[in-house]
Amino acid sequence: MKILVPMKRVADPDNANKVKISPDGTKVTSEGLESKPNPFDEYAVETALRILEDGVGSGNLRGEVVVVTVGGDDTVRQVRQCLAMGADRGIIVQGDDDQLDSTIVANVLAKLVEKEQPNLVICGKQAVDGDSNQVGQALAEILGWPQATFAGQVEVPADLSSATVTREVDGGAAKVKVQLPAVISVDLRIVSPVGVNNNVAAGKEYQDGPRYASLKGIMKAKKKPVDTMTIADLGVDQTLKVRTVNFTAPPQRSAGVIVETVEELVAKLRDEAKVL
Amino acid sequence: MSNVLVVANIADNEVKKAVLSTAAFAKTVSGYTGGSYDILAIGDDLSGVKDTLASLGAGKVMLAQGAELGTALAERLSPIIAQVATQGGYKVVVSAATSIAKDVFPRFAARIGAGMASEVVAVSNEGGKLTYVRPMYAGNVNGAVQIDSAVEVVTIRPTEFDAIEPGAAASAVEEVALPAAEAVCGKVEFLGFEKSVSNRPDLAEAAVVVSGGRGLKSKENFNIIEALADALSAAVGASRAAVDSGFIHNDFQVGQTGKIVAPDLYIAVGISGALQHVAGMKSAKTVVAINKDEEAPIFQIADYGMVGDLFKIIPELTEAVKKIKG
Ligand SMILES: Cc1cc2nc3c(=O)[nH]c(=O)nc-3n(C[C@H](O)[C@H](O)[C@H](O)COP(=O)(O)OP(=O)(O)OC[C@H]3O[C@@H](n4cnc5c(N)ncnc54)[C@H](O)[C@@H]3O)c2cc1C
Repeated sequence: MKILVPMKRVADPDNANKVKISPDGTKVTSEGLESKPNPFDEYAVETALRILEDGVGSGNLRGEVVVVTVGGDDTVRQVRQCLAMGADRGIIVQGDDDQLDSTIVANVLAKLVEKEQPNLVICGKQAVDGDSNQVGQALAEILGWPQATFAGQVEVPADLSSATVTREVDGGAAKVKVQLPAVISVDLRIVSPVGVNNNVAAGKEYQDGPRYASLKGIMKAKKKPVDTMTIADLGVDQTLKVRTVNFTAPPQRSAGVIVETVEELVAKLRDEAKVL
Repeated sequence: MSNVLVVANIADNEVKKAVLSTAAFAKTVSGYTGGSYDILAIGDDLSGVKDTLASLGAGKVMLAQGAELGTALAERLSPIIAQVATQGGYKVVVSAATSIAKDVFPRFAARIGAGMASEVVAVSNEGGKLTYVRPMYAGNVNGAVQIDSAVEVVTIRPTEFDAIEPGAAASAVEEVALPAAEAVCGKVEFLGFEKSVSNRPDLAEAAVVVSGGRGLKSKENFNIIEALADALSAAVGASRAAVDSGFIHNDFQVGQTGKIVAPDLYIAVGISGALQHVAGMKSAKTVVAINKDEEAPIFQIADYGMVGDLFKIIPELTEAVKKIKG
């Protein structure tokens, strides 16, 4: 079993309010902010590891997890972070973030799927910088594969022949069973203790959240292979279909007043805000 | 000529406000492009909604219905939308950013080789080129994007567009001849839907929302949020921490990666105001924050803040509201 996990590097999501727009409005810069794997992609790596592990947190995989990113050379740090969690190898397809859109990324991934022949692609449901939520679905279409987006839970049989996915959707949860190969995109709850059931690692429960890399994992990751190639190597058309023409700061809310009592609050809501 | 196509997924015989907002968006865009708009409705049974849909100012309403469409599988819907979009020669295809559209639209866009803009909050016409504004970085940056493909695929945030006023049921209504299901549909099986039960107003469309966070500490305690919501005829929302802790179903999470809400009144209780949460509620008209920590970031964006113990304040507030409303 081989699982491909696409990963995007993003500026520290907990400080997304500190990104800056260049004076001419053509660029967003994140200077001074740490670069991290997109949290949903980190969850995707965790999902892949949990699917393949032969016991809870054993780190012994019944297959291979390949992390791929489209980005600058320095994304090697975030790739190695994923390898330190336990993924086996990495692929960096060099590209400039400003010169990519979902179509280009999905086509790059489709070419890599052709080369690597994975049984599953597990991706995060959205990158928390662009917030587009498109690549996984576009990839599934290009490949002609089934898709199970916004997965909050995944169950695979011991022989890894299919995947039953509980999808977090408006109004509740939809359960689908996909035959492999397939694309799964993961939501926040996938890293809950019961997010993944592989019917092998029975008994123990996972910790909440993605695993931290151990010191041993970090040492090992340094020796794991990371291939580098270009978008042109893969023969993908690099014409942008979606161009950002400018960035602006949205209007900000400001702090209002502090009230001391419930009566005061109710009076303000009724007489001033007129919402009661 | 019609050059904008509105795609509306219909469940439970109900035309939601999201569809009316999408029609309003389509009307604006068709004004820019010098044409009109059509509606493609998809669902298991559309007999109960076709008159309502015909009253939204569309040139025509196309109905794609069949029992199997109720499950809204992307593998099935994407070719249907592609067929209608291609045959009709539309320039813009738009849907509200519901979870169905988020699932289906990128697949559909890839199918027809179109560029797509997600969760658009404003649109303008810049020298003949449609320009879409969309929030990025958890709503901390607005990007204005243009799409360079024959068809432009868009999802919008319905909270940012007023609903269109229905008129007479004047649009022509026709049935769509459904293409046969493709082979990929045999590789995905719909096993069921577990509804998150609530008899309160729809969170995404409610005029008042009361949200609880980790500060509630337990599922049982979350009752006091529900009691306040009921007194206000409000919807209930939650932070990620409240959902992760099992206080409430994930369908009620407000935020960057949950529901986007824009009620007249949003009351955040025991919520710190992480930027991922704020991204989902900052378009609310009036925000109230109740938190025991006066440094909590939520107070930076609240019109009215109250510092104190929620377990004391919320029951008191509920009683006060009941007095006014009762
Ligand atoms: C990829 C990603 C996506 C995310 N998406 C979302 C999202 O969509 N929505 C979302 O909400 N979060 C999201 N988050 C999580 C977000 O970063 C915060 O962790 C979360 O919003 C915190 O929830 P909270 O405010 O309930 O909890 P906390 O931050 O723990 O705050 C609890 C608050 O309750 C107050 N409190 C405690 N007891 C009392 C009391 N007795 N009386 C009054 N006040 C009290 C405390 O002072 C504190 O301010 C996301 C995170 C990531 C990484």
